[in-house]
Amino acid sequence: MSQPEVIVIGGGIHGCSAALHLARRGVKALVLEKDHAGRHASGVNAGGVRRLGRHPAEIPLSIASMAIWHRIRDLVDDDCGFDRNGQVKVAESEAELALLKARVDEVRALGFTHEELIDQRELREVVPAIADHCVGAIFCREDGAANPYRTTLAFRRAAVRAGATFIEGARVTALKREGRSWRVDTADGTSHAAAAIVNCAGAWADRVAAQLGESAPVIPSAFMLMISDRQPPFITPVVGATARPLSFKQFANGTVLIGGGYQGTLDRDANWTNLDFRGLALSAKTVWDLFPIMRNAGIVRAWAGIEARMPDDIPVIGPSATAEGVFHAFGFSGHGFQLGPISGAITAELATTGRTNLPIEPFHISRFT
Amino acid sequence: MTAASPIKEHYDLAVVGAGPAGLAAATLAARLGLDTVLFDEQTAPGGQIYRSVTETPAGEPTLLGADYWHGAGLVGPFMESGAQYVPGATIWSISREREIGVSVGGCSRLLTARHIVLATGALERPFPIPGWTLPGVMTCGAAQILLKSSGLVASGKIVLAGTGPLLWLLAAQYLRAGVTIEALLDTTPAGNWAAALPYLPGFLVSSYAAKGLRLVREVKHRVKIVRGVTALAAKGGDRVEEVVYRRGEAGEVRLPVETLLLHQGVAPNVNLANSIGCTHRWDEAQLCFTPVVDEWGMSTVPGIAIAGDGAGIAGAMAAEHRGRLAALDAAHRLGKIDARRRDRDAAPHAAALARAERGRRFLDLLYRPAEAFRVPAGETLVCRCEEVTARQVLEAVALGCQGPNQLKSFLRCGMGPCQGRLCGLTVTELIARARGVPPSEIGYYRLRPPVKPITLAELAALPQTEAAAKAVLRG
Repeated sequence: MSQPEVIVIGGGIHGCSAALHLARRGVKALVLEKDHAGRHASGVNAGGVRRLGRHPAEIPLSIASMAIWHRIRDLVDDDCGFDRNGQVKVAESEAELALLKARVDEVRALGFTHEELIDQRELREVVPAIADHCVGAIFCREDGAANPYRTTLAFRRAAVRAGATFIEGARVTALKREGRSWRVDTADGTSHAAAAIVNCAGAWADRVAAQLGESAPVIPSAFMLMISDRQPPFITPVVGATARPLSFKQFANGTVLIGGGYQGTLDRDANWTNLDFRGLALSAKTVWDLFPIMRNAGIVRAWAGIEARMPDDIPVIGPSATAEGVFHAFGFSGHGFQLGPISGAITAELATTGRTNLPIEPFHISRFT
Repeated sequence: MTAASPIKEHYDLAVVGAGPAGLAAATLAARLGLDTVLFDEQTAPGGQIYRSVTETPAGEPTLLGADYWHGAGLVGPFMESGAQYVPGATIWSISREREIGVSVGGCSRLLTARHIVLATGALERPFPIPGWTLPGVMTCGAAQILLKSSGLVASGKIVLAGTGPLLWLLAAQYLRAGVTIEALLDTTPAGNWAAALPYLPGFLVSSYAAKGLRLVREVKHRVKIVRGVTALAAKGGDRVEEVVYRRGEAGEVRLPVETLLLHQGVAPNVNLANSIGCTHRWDEAQLCFTPVVDEWGMSTVPGIAIAGDGAGIAGAMAAEHRGRLAALDAAHRLGKIDARRRDRDAAPHAAALARAERGRRFLDLLYRPAEAFRVPAGETLVCRCEEVTARQVLEAVALGCQGPNQLKSFLRCGMGPCQGRLCGLTVTELIARARGVPPSEIGYYRLRPPVKPITLAELAALPQTEAAAKAVLRG
């Protein structure tokens, strides 16, 4: 290809989305991916597409992203397996329900209405299989879930159709300023040059930042998930809990995905994750308590994807604080999948115009200096 | 043996699998003073080759053959070795830190070992022909399990098809049990003889030669043998009704059948080793992935050794010796014997291993299954669990799917309860041929625990720790 205008580092959902939005703006984008697109967190996450429970700073971005999700086929020519069966966060006690009510009030005070408190009766209607002790929930009706790998690949394909280029198996080893452009070296000895860089390197993004003399306190994390054998269909929305981590969803084929926030261990240089079955046991116990119907289910597989968390559990989005023409989008801390469509739009806008109308100040990397 | 003892939280050595390699390894390790436990999925020792050797109802000695009864000679010493024996135990996870997840009697626990010997043996190679999932079609291995453990044989019109020693062995055992076999359809490619011929001298001096020839002769006189079969399909409605085959350019032949028994060799059962992260390489002669091990069976992961057919197909006698070598090395690494003693004690086993491996190369090349029977096409099922066809796999490759792991995400192929045991090799070769690159470049599924399903209830009842509870509570 002729020289790209922007180099995107990382072929996860955020990198693929950035490439697509850049290409749609007529900007030549080159994506450098060290493994293959969707290899890590983007391809193997729980697939939740939710506004529910977002950090207040993330709510405007999440709502803007959801608008894209609701017409995702128009953008990537694939439905991405997206369904809008809602997301539910259940309260297991009156005390928890009070917390949820306070949360809904807080969100409403900010001017948003997507989170809705429902009582025990309505919870039973929405989730008939829920355990008797659950007393209510927050319900986000238009939230849902999608197939993460299919989505990431759909973004990749759409980006290529729009004119972006991908090189997979290209691990970035160095970034250097040369005149008015950036030179990017990869492990195979190749160099590329572009006027701007977008850093979507996920759990490896701190290494890209370090090349710019910028500190990014990324905490590489291995979020564990497991899946059951096929069960008769019994639930449509995605369910989470209040005081313990859970992400619970049944697929069309009957298998049930059980996630949460429990962590395995990892070696990010070897692309390797170790599962901690004591943590998965806690997830299993949560499901045992919340869904008695699952007590005889079998667990057929567990895994973990490598993902970047930030110390404050919200991402880094925005320009570099030290290097001109470099823009970050990483550290989504286990809830970046839903934000993928909008984060790419933001970084594409930043890389081409230098600004965006969305409120991204809370995500600036300078908060860690 | 201490069958009734409770499972401890820690052992010097854990052996997985009570076939010849596992029995020999555990016996010798315990004698050398290692606190040893042997976990086995079956209810009685013997593995697949010596399955039910202590309790088979097919007790007529000549029926199963002298090689089978050799297994009893491994079980006796094991029982007296002091190693703890845990039958009915499913190992569903082993971490790189050698934490073992085991399920016994519907209850799971975690324990650790300083050293682990995987002796998980072999699996039958998939035989993906049209109709291979119809009721009435099964593998020769499955038929042998029924014979050894329950004394049962298939009934009605029986046809055997495929290639490899087990095909002939089962035919002979069936004949001895008084079963009539309509035909044996031999799919061994004619060209294999030329490739194998240079290794014939080694084979002729091996223990396989005389026994093998005797078996073939025994079967040939009493069963119609159809050589040079190049295409094979099982047809029927609710169950198999006929087998359709071709020989080269000749026309289709149809045989009515009630039971079709398929076999085209075995491959190492690498699921546990793969899930631990041991490095594997493609073996072009045996057409399978084999873990990389040294002369003692040590894998690329510290503390994990692999013995027997799980480390590469070499047969039951070789497995036994490889088990003993792994035990000696374990005793050395755990400080029970010095290197000199290990090497001295290993010498006779290494020599016996070399003798047992003689002739193997000839068998590998002679019985190398034809590509037509390894790489299916069209609507033939590849993944039985998720019902994925060859055509779907090829379409995914056309969409940019590069390998088996992406295929899991595309089609759920290999993600059912069997964890790829019945489709892994087929998928690798199918993608390799579609992309025009060797299987070594395509690789295999990355397997994840639990490598065998466990119940949610078992998992929920595992002991929990504070460290594990450090979760990221989101939103």
